Amino acid sequence: MKSFIEYITSIFKGVWTLLIGMKVTGKYVFTPWKHVTHSYPENRDTLVMFERFRGEVIMPHDANNEHKCTGCGICELNCPNGSIEIISKSIVTPEGKKKRLIDQHIYHLGMCTLCNLCVKACPTGAIVMGQNFEHAVWDRAKLTKVLNQPGSKISEGVKE
Amino acid sequence: MAFNIYDFTTLTHDIHVGLAESFSPVLATTIEWVIVGVVYLLFVALFGLFLVYAERKVCAAFQQRLGPTRVGPWGLLQTIADFIKLLMKELIMPRKADRFLYNLAPFIVIIASFLAIAVLPFAPGLQSLDFDIGVFYLTAVSSVGVIGILLAGWSSNNKYSLIGAMRSGAQILSYELSVSLSLLTMVVFAGTMQFSAIVEGQRDAWFIFSGHIPAVIAFVVFLIAGTAETNRGPFDLAEAESELVAGFHTEYSGIKFAMFFLAEYINLFIVSAVAATVFLGGWMPLHFGNFESFNHVMDFIPPVMWFFMKVLGVIFVIMWFKWTFPRLRVDQILTLEWKYLLPINLVNILLMALVVLTKFHF
Repeated sequence: MKSFIEYITSIFKGVWTLLIGMKVTGKYVFTPWKHVTHSYPENRDTLVMFERFRGEVIMPHDANNEHKCTGCGICELNCPNGSIEIISKSIVTPEGKKKRLIDQHIYHLGMCTLCNLCVKACPTGAIVMGQNFEHAVWDRAKLTKVLNQPGSKISEGVKE
Repeated sequence: MAFNIYDFTTLTHDIHVGLAESFSPVLATTIEWVIVGVVYLLFVALFGLFLVYAERKVCAAFQQRLGPTRVGPWGLLQTIADFIKLLMKELIMPRKADRFLYNLAPFIVIIASFLAIAVLPFAPGLQSLDFDIGVFYLTAVSSVGVIGILLAGWSSNNKYSLIGAMRSGAQILSYELSVSLSLLTMVVFAGTMQFSAIVEGQRDAWFIFSGHIPAVIAFVVFLIAGTAETNRGPFDLAEAESELVAGFHTEYSGIKFAMFFLAEYINLFIVSAVAATVFLGGWMPLHFGNFESFNHVMDFIPPVMWFFMKVLGVIFVIMWFKWTFPRLRVDQILTLEWKYLLPINLVNILLMALVVLTKFHF
């Protein structure tokens, strides 16, 4: 008798749990305005990628064309597949000291796996991940970029 | 030629008389056969394509996606493009396959679907076969399809195909019982096996309302067993993608694969149409006892529309099953049938007999 009651209750329990599952998916289907899919080329003008999206490595420059890169080369060391090459230059400061500065921060987007290790390792926060993802080009050479803009220099407050 | 959207009897009768007057009886009958065949072929092809599209859209909605949107407006032409692609594919046959059976199998599957679709009443007068044993014929014919599936699996000479076909065979043979018994419950209630008479009996109230508790149980059991019959939803272990590549049609390509694919969706239509006809009143409009004005408004919608609205509703529920529940294991499927659905059905049929005997229905 006990097993019979268990049998009957198991049927109702089973149907009930199935109905709960159907309620969950039913909520999705009857709220179509909550779709997660973007109609991409159509909404290109209004599309905003979320903050943590990794599109490419960029080096932000402020209004005076100044960046924070000291040319220390830690990002180059941390890059697992050699997508970053640092070419530095030496200058002599007015006080007569020798100082190392960044000449070209070369970034190979075609090789980059967007692993974020360089950004994490950067001691001055000079490079960050950008949200642009439209990287298609006709010429592969265009995927090799120089991140520091021509004529830019390191901003004053950055510690070495 | 009198054409009336509410009743097709005059139209079909006029066509018949017109043909019989112009041609000899043999030729007239042949022409009628050809017309009916072409109409069914067209209907099956177009509705099958529509169902594939609907499945993709519904599936997308359940997963908060958009589904096909690129080919044609709202992606409406997507399945037509897919079908053209399938037609142009090369037909590849495994070297050690059983040639004859391999080629025969898709035809058996699709012929079984066509045979079953013939007894369904779409509207008054729009039914090609009106047997007095319609329900019996339907259950008999719909189980022919499993032979095609078994042949496809066996003749492909592929272990995945064979396992898929065997699973499908075990599953369909078991669930055939539940489908037939739940239909039999409603036959007890309706007192007839003829589809047109079953629909006619629901003029005042649909069977699911007038048969109350046993009819509702039979409806639920029919939906579950019908989903299993069509090899869909949580019961799709015959073609479990994650285990068996594609099950019994692994080795099929091009138009032969398209036939299996089409047959699957036509079977979905048949199960839904039978559920709509036997439980939800077929082409009968929704009537509530004494609400005269409401009933008149409902009568204004043509019967064909009613039929397809109900069928699409049931199809939506079955798709809901498919995109909600995880796939069952083979032992769970057989447990569900033999330990749960079958005893429930047998008790239910007794309950229905009691309800009919005591006239405890509306």
